[in-house]
Amino acid sequence: MPAATPLSPQRRRFLTDTARMAGGCALAGGGLAWLARDARALPAEALRPPGALPEADFLGACIRCGLCVRDCPYDTLALAELGADGPATGTPFFTARDVPCEMCDDIPCVTACPTGALDPALTDIDEARMGTAVLVDQENCLNFLGLRCDVCYRVCPVIDEAITLELSHNTRSGHHAIFAPTVHAEHCTGCGKCEKSCVLPEAAIKVLPLRLARGAPAEHYRKGWEEMEEKGGPLVEGVIDLPDRLPGPGTDNLAAPGGFEPSFTLPAPGAGE
Amino acid sequence: MKEKTKLPVGVEAIRLKGWWQAHRFLLLRRLSQGFFLLLFLLGPWFGLWWVAGTLAGSRTFGILPLTDPLVLAQSLAAGHWPELTALIGALIVLAAYALIGGRVYCSWVCPINPVTDAAHWLHDRLGLQKGWQPKRHTRLWLLGTVLAVSALTGTVAWEAINPITMLHRGLVFGMGFAWALVALVFLFDLLVSRRGWCGHLCPVGAFYGLLGTHSLLRVSATRRAACDDCMDCFAVCPENHVIAPALRGKDGETPLILSPDCTNCGRCVDVCSVDVFAFTHRFDRRVEGPSSPPGPSRQTVA
Ligand code: SF4
Ligand code: SF4
Ligand code: SF4
Ligand code: SF4
Ligand code: SF4
Repeated sequence: MPAATPLSPQRRRFLTDTARMAGGCALAGGGLAWLARDARALPAEALRPPGALPEADFLGACIRCGLCVRDCPYDTLALAELGADGPATGTPFFTARDVPCEMCDDIPCVTACPTGALDPALTDIDEARMGTAVLVDQENCLNFLGLRCDVCYRVCPVIDEAITLELSHNTRSGHHAIFAPTVHAEHCTGCGKCEKSCVLPEAAIKVLPLRLARGAPAEHYRKGWEEMEEKGGPLVEGVIDLPDRLPGPGTDNLAAPGGFEPSFTLPAPGAGE
Repeated sequence: MKEKTKLPVGVEAIRLKGWWQAHRFLLLRRLSQGFFLLLFLLGPWFGLWWVAGTLAGSRTFGILPLTDPLVLAQSLAAGHWPELTALIGALIVLAAYALIGGRVYCSWVCPINPVTDAAHWLHDRLGLQKGWQPKRHTRLWLLGTVLAVSALTGTVAWEAINPITMLHRGLVFGMGFAWALVALVFLFDLLVSRRGWCGHLCPVGAFYGLLGTHSLLRVSATRRAACDDCMDCFAVCPENHVIAPALRGKDGETPLILSPDCTNCGRCVDVCSVDVFAFTHRFDRRVEGPSSPPGPSRQTVA
């Protein structure tokens, strides 16, 4: 290094100014980043319009123009207002219990979006995944109580695929049936019509964002029965299919009352060689 | 100091040109600001959907897309490649402002401008100190910061607090607490920093300034020889550092106000009692009348 020459006053000033400015900007930028990231937590009851990119991408894509809101014929969508609504300021959302999405065939909201924050690749509204319905409260759902309300089932635009009534025995009355509204996330668009029309003062079925509504199987899990079907036979050759041990009378479970001896005995270890 | 310097700002112009003539561009500007706002309000208020959307992105007559290029730049920085519609919209806006002067947006369109103008008016009336005056290029740093934060967080970051789009969106869609931000800008300009927001901090203004660096439409101090040093233009100009190079230019130096900070508001044109300034294009380097030294009047007396 050359011998240290004293900085000229202009240069010193330039450097201090720059440092000061950079410091100020880092501070302001930090604050802004905090605000911008904070806005990422989309509240559970706020749903994005059909075709919305995953939330993290959506916040980088939506310019908050409101054209999707304007083109929704059912006034489903609204732009989040600062301090009044949960989602990031100015971004479009809807609340299923207030106004659900009517699943327009031509998806005008997506067509209106100039940026692709609502993905134009979505052309079939049945493919939309705004969230998924979950019967959150079996204890209050009228169908689960053994009545025939069925409203959520009947309003579903994807009836019998997204939501079905699963029959089971009503153990309370002993001689009635329970028609359990059962959502199949694979087909549910998250439109919210079921939540909107649930007759209870507080809906027993609610549309939740996928991140809350769904579990996920571990990467390495394989379902034996599916694999077997795919393969058309046992997965490991030469494995003996042992009889299923079920409790109760008529089974081979000796521990259960009424159990009986198995119809065959396993060879003792080392015996059959 | 000359006698005229001490007269209240604009009095001489009003006396010589009449009130209307001395407020021509100011009135036109307010009309323009109102007009652009009204365009967006026709839909929600009267069901007349000529223009839908907001300043961030809009659609006119169902076909013409317009997109705020800075908002789109943030989106790009955040890592999203937008659809063609938004890109075309941004290109149109870029081209328009590159031609007529980026900060024409500030003076003629931006809904915050009337707010900060009002703050400045009150500031003047109350005779307050100018307060904190950060360097003019602070806004460029903030512009860089805004883009950097967008890139780092992957969000359209500035839109989380941008008072301009918030006020506009608030008026067109619903305000929430956006008015508080607008009030903050007003109070900041009134109490903390004279012309602080638009003149020193606003990254949107900085962006449009950069955009208009080579713009065609310019104000020129064509008749600078007639200047009688009343200093009124300096008093009304929101970016008054842009005036001196043109007005005080020596022979052979351009009379054009070439600084991209000039907002083309035309207030200097209004307020000059001897009509030194005029709108023209950037290749018009005409200087009328005797140039400096301007006869016996200026340097000798001042
Ligand atoms: S699909 Fe139709 S009802 Fe649903 S949000 Fe879009 S425009 Fe509105
Ligand atoms: S139209 Fe697209 S960019 Fe505009 S607010 Fe809706 S989602 Fe955002
Ligand atoms: S949200 Fe409800 S109504 Fe809509 S598709 Fe899913 S189950 Fe059907
Ligand atoms: S500096 Fe910013 S707030 Fe001021 S008029 Fe220009 S864009 Fe609007
Ligand atoms: S120089 Fe004139 S036109 Fe430009 S900003 Fe100042 S007053 Fe407005």
